[in-house]
Amino acid sequence: MMFDGGLLSLITFLPLLGIAVILVAPLFLRADVKATAPASGDAHHAHQPNHAPHHVSWKSDFPRWVALITSGLVFLLSLLLWTGFDATLPGFQFEENHQWIQALGLRYHAGIDGISLFFVLLSTLLTPICILASWRSVTMRVRDYMIAFLLLEIMMVGMFAALNIVTFYVFFEGVLIPMFLIVGIWGGERRVYAAFKFFLYTLTGSVLMLLAILAMIHNAGTSDMVELLGYSFPVHWQYILWLAFFAAFAVKVPMWPFHTWLPDAHVEAPTAGSVILAGVLLKMGGYGFLRFSIPMFPIASAEFAPFIFTLSVVAIIYTSLVALAQKDMKKLIAYSSVAHMGFVTIGLFTLSSQGVQGAVLQMISHGLVSGALFLCVGVVYDRLHTREIARYGGIVKVMPKYAAIFMLFTFASIGLPLTSGFVGEILILVGAYQIHIILAALAALGVILGAAYALSLYRRVIFGKLDKADLQDLWDVSRREIALFVPLVILVLWMGIYPQSFLSPMQASIDKLVENYHVAIAQAEPADFIVQHQWAKWQQKPVLSQDPMVVAAASLSQSSLAPSNLSQSNLSQSNLSQSNLSPSPTRLPLSASIIAKPTDQD
Amino acid sequence: MEILIVFLPLLAALIAGFGGRWIGARNSEIITTLAIFTAAILGVMLFAFSLNHGADVTHRLGVNDVKIIPIFQWVSSGSFTVNWSLRLDRLSEVMILVVTSVSAMVHLYSIGYMSHDPSRPRFMAYLSLFTFAMLMLVTANDFLQLYFGWEGVGFASYALIGFWYERDSANKAAIKAFVVNRVGDFGFALGVLAVFSLFGSIGFDAVFNGAEEASRRTINLVGYDVPALTLICLLLFVGAMGKSAQLGLHTWLPDAMEGPTPVSALIHAATMVTAGVFMLCRLSPLFAHAEFARDVVTVVGAATCLFAATVALTQFDIKRVIAYSTCSQLGYMVFAAGLSAYGAAMFHLVTHAAFKALLFLGAGGVIHAMSGEQDMRKMGGIWRLIPVTYGLMWIGSLALAGIPPFAGYYSKHSILEAALASGTVFGNWAYIVGTLVAFLTAIYSFRLIFLAFHGPSRAGEHTMAHVHESPWVMLLPLFVLAAGALLLGYYGEEWFVGEARRDFWQHVLVASPDHDALVKADMLYGTSLLSGWRMILPSLAGGAGILVAFLLYVIFPGWPHRIVNMFAPVHRFFYHKWYFDELYDFLFVQPAQKLGRFLWQTGDVKTIDRFGPDGIAAVTRLGSRFVSGWQTGYVYHYAFAMLIGLVAIISWFLLRQSNGIF
Repeated sequence: MMFDGGLLSLITFLPLLGIAVILVAPLFLRADVKATAPASGDAHHAHQPNHAPHHVSWKSDFPRWVALITSGLVFLLSLLLWTGFDATLPGFQFEENHQWIQALGLRYHAGIDGISLFFVLLSTLLTPICILASWRSVTMRVRDYMIAFLLLEIMMVGMFAALNIVTFYVFFEGVLIPMFLIVGIWGGERRVYAAFKFFLYTLTGSVLMLLAILAMIHNAGTSDMVELLGYSFPVHWQYILWLAFFAAFAVKVPMWPFHTWLPDAHVEAPTAGSVILAGVLLKMGGYGFLRFSIPMFPIASAEFAPFIFTLSVVAIIYTSLVALAQKDMKKLIAYSSVAHMGFVTIGLFTLSSQGVQGAVLQMISHGLVSGALFLCVGVVYDRLHTREIARYGGIVKVMPKYAAIFMLFTFASIGLPLTSGFVGEILILVGAYQIHIILAALAALGVILGAAYALSLYRRVIFGKLDKADLQDLWDVSRREIALFVPLVILVLWMGIYPQSFLSPMQASIDKLVENYHVAIAQAEPADFIVQHQWAKWQQKPVLSQDPMVVAAASLSQSSLAPSNLSQSNLSQSNLSQSNLSPSPTRLPLSASIIAKPTDQD
Repeated sequence: MEILIVFLPLLAALIAGFGGRWIGARNSEIITTLAIFTAAILGVMLFAFSLNHGADVTHRLGVNDVKIIPIFQWVSSGSFTVNWSLRLDRLSEVMILVVTSVSAMVHLYSIGYMSHDPSRPRFMAYLSLFTFAMLMLVTANDFLQLYFGWEGVGFASYALIGFWYERDSANKAAIKAFVVNRVGDFGFALGVLAVFSLFGSIGFDAVFNGAEEASRRTINLVGYDVPALTLICLLLFVGAMGKSAQLGLHTWLPDAMEGPTPVSALIHAATMVTAGVFMLCRLSPLFAHAEFARDVVTVVGAATCLFAATVALTQFDIKRVIAYSTCSQLGYMVFAAGLSAYGAAMFHLVTHAAFKALLFLGAGGVIHAMSGEQDMRKMGGIWRLIPVTYGLMWIGSLALAGIPPFAGYYSKHSILEAALASGTVFGNWAYIVGTLVAFLTAIYSFRLIFLAFHGPSRAGEHTMAHVHESPWVMLLPLFVLAAGALLLGYYGEEWFVGEARRDFWQHVLVASPDHDALVKADMLYGTSLLSGWRMILPSLAGGAGILVAFLLYVIFPGWPHRIVNMFAPVHRFFYHKWYFDELYDFLFVQPAQKLGRFLWQTGDVKTIDRFGPDGIAAVTRLGSRFVSGWQTGYVYHYAFAMLIGLVAIISWFLLRQSNGIF
């Protein structure tokens, strides 16, 4: 590692410098800012901001430039994390550990592993894109807006890099504040309702999480996440803590039925707000499951996995159907997000190497694709100031470049091979199939429905006859707008054609996570599980005990030996890992996926 | 060379797609057409080389007769690894040959056909992109690359069906094609997952080598142990049904005729729709161990064959007739594959590609001549005006009807022969259906010829004045395809199904002798004279069909109407395509939309929000109103409240103390 000292902190807190510059600048540019303040107010009321005469000097663009340059710099620096990342190590890298508040025993501890690496990159990539996306569409209180975004970036990066549970919580909650302001101040007509709904939901979850965090610190005697990851919590605590964390993360993901804040928040948020919301904020839930629930409370995770699967499958089918019925572009994409995140939660709790990798990849991909789709909506919204699907139609004629971009992201959202959406989806399905074929089948239903709603959205907006008068005057994407999409287009195709650049760095960390989980489950006592009779039944299953492999595996698990390589899937190995190491499938109503036994033994 | 074949079309598509604006329509056409022609020539060379050096190649490459060209690793997650690579064996070489040559002809034809269209670069780019995806499909070396090609051609098909985006019907047809295919892909994807779970790999070689052993395994499905390979084959067959428009998942194909005619010829007749048949042949080592799945394939294929032919009899849109005919012919191929007569299936695939592309392109010429008219009721009397197209259409129709010595005769004959020889119930059924359909095929294809070209003209004068022969760019491909429709059968028979088939197919097509219908046919053909008349029955049926069509549509043009009236309900049933669209609309489309609205309005808004956040907010609001109600501001209210409080506290203390006392 080249940058032992402080690269991560630099990335996290560099936006503070930008904020400071924006705050201090008026002292030096006072005259100009005063002169331009009414001008920018006018521009807000103009219906075509892009065509509004820029009777403002570069100085009024100053906050924009500062924010763009700062966040761009942060992104470039964060690329160093990727290049400097050692993919062979499963643990945390770029670690920093400083004394923070001595009296409370709090330390500032940060670092990233193969999982958080990409979330940090996603945050640092989307922030400059968002700032550029708001260049002309936000004209009111630009300074505050830019400060809010830079603050948001600090919180997001800080959260993904945090290795102290208290700092994690601070950042996790901290994200809410700028986001609340972005929706509540720069949002649409019902922005206050949406902002409060968003706040209410997430805060409820967070309060429970705070209590859980306090309990964890009390229990384990440390707030350091690396130590907590090595600490095994008493089983009854695992259940309680898992549920508390679930409340926080399920709202963030959002899982059905905690999802209704999302469509409202998306609809009312400004374009850039939607991008960050879909791109990064939803990922905080998935990341939380991956960082806390699964490694710290493995037994509870195993116990609740069927519950997660149920909610996820409902989410996929339910929200896909709801998406079919939407009349508002943003709402449709918001509901599709819930469905896509349903895939993610399935992948996470399959606890197989493929499922978890697929889930992380799907989260990254969804961050890029749904972000891009919201940007697409933003492009036409800036021109026509409506998100109603029926108001559009046939605009490929006047906006061919836009149509091409929109098509790419539509198909990425559908999961066409060669786009980022496909790889994550298929890996999740591979993981899901190992749990049960029905789970995979139900999840795959979402793939059909996804094609239906996404293509119908595209058709209604882009294709058809251009017979609405005001559509005739639409102009194609500007150079600034193309600049927004180019990095996203490249990444979406890159992830689809050569996903290895993303899968390899996360492989070691995820393999470790999955392995630790299975070791913990193998070491667990039957009494640790709530549904004990199921566990016992599984242990005594006569057919399996005849199978020499299973007998061997059973003795292996009783002597609490860790299976060396769980990701192997030579038949007997996968059989082993399914039959004895993860009891969760047994509690599905339909018993485990493949019991690969020779029929002649019957 | 192989890499060039596959990636030249992609390169051309990218140049025409992104550079079309700068290089202009003409250059886009030239670049894409040249690229595909180069690929086609290389494809021929590849095929010829491998055929001539067959023995050497086998020797060089070992027993598998397969050459695999790795490109790079695609996905690797745990043991789930997928590589981009090209698999070249006889099967993929034949497919490359078919795909590149038909595609080259269609590219050339499109230059003429689309000459009035403003977005030609886009069209050519899509065509080339399709060719690339199709080539990736046929050269796949594992299930996921096959799936990639599968979805890739689906995308190209979507884009081309909806090419005329201003037409609402075209857009709807495009979505329908994609979504119905997604239903097929749903089965396909589950099949791939099951393969991975069972074999621990999705590479073809690993799976095929393990098929023997895996045939004894079972998968537990909803409490029942199902033979693993049967389940896998059935799931994968669902994918094949979607792509090859088999009964149940066929509804998208006729609607796909909304696309420009060259698209119909290339994608919806010659290549993409045969992907399902190709898949069945490719996976023959798996199907060899799944008898039940083979039976299902046979039944579905034969049913499709019959269904589509009955519908084709009643349609008036010239392209729809040919579309249903395609569907019907695919049924032949599928049931041939189901009877393990893979050679015959591939044979029919190849000859069908030639004569069906010819028919579609010829129909395109007719539509072109009639100023865009597709309804046969508004044609007629034009055969003297476009004699070349007319003659070529005859060749195509004769081949389709299975009249010797045209190509269709040989391939259809070999399929029916195999069906007859298979000796199973399903085989017999397939034979009966196939022979009946051969009769129907001849009727509808010559109904098309007679309605479109003969009789009095039913078009407007203005249209008739403009009837003209197609330009040479459009006719030249027709001649090439006509040559194929004439000669492929005679020259191909030996290799595909005849004596040389073992050397030709090497070890690619796997079927054990006890269910290989072609082997049985060899034996039967050699020994039994009794079944001789049944062997020529299909050709007789074809001849009879032509005669019937001639009588009905040329000699006694009043009769069809009378027959329709006589069997009105049957005709209505056929004419409405057995009401599949209506049924699906009723069963799936409407409920999905209604359910979506219901879940949204009732589920989200009225339940979750009402009892969730809005409910909590309302309770809080009420609560605060209630509490604030106490704050009246009157001192005596507060004093009274304090008094009550005081009394309460004192009594509590007193009671506690009294507790202690007593």
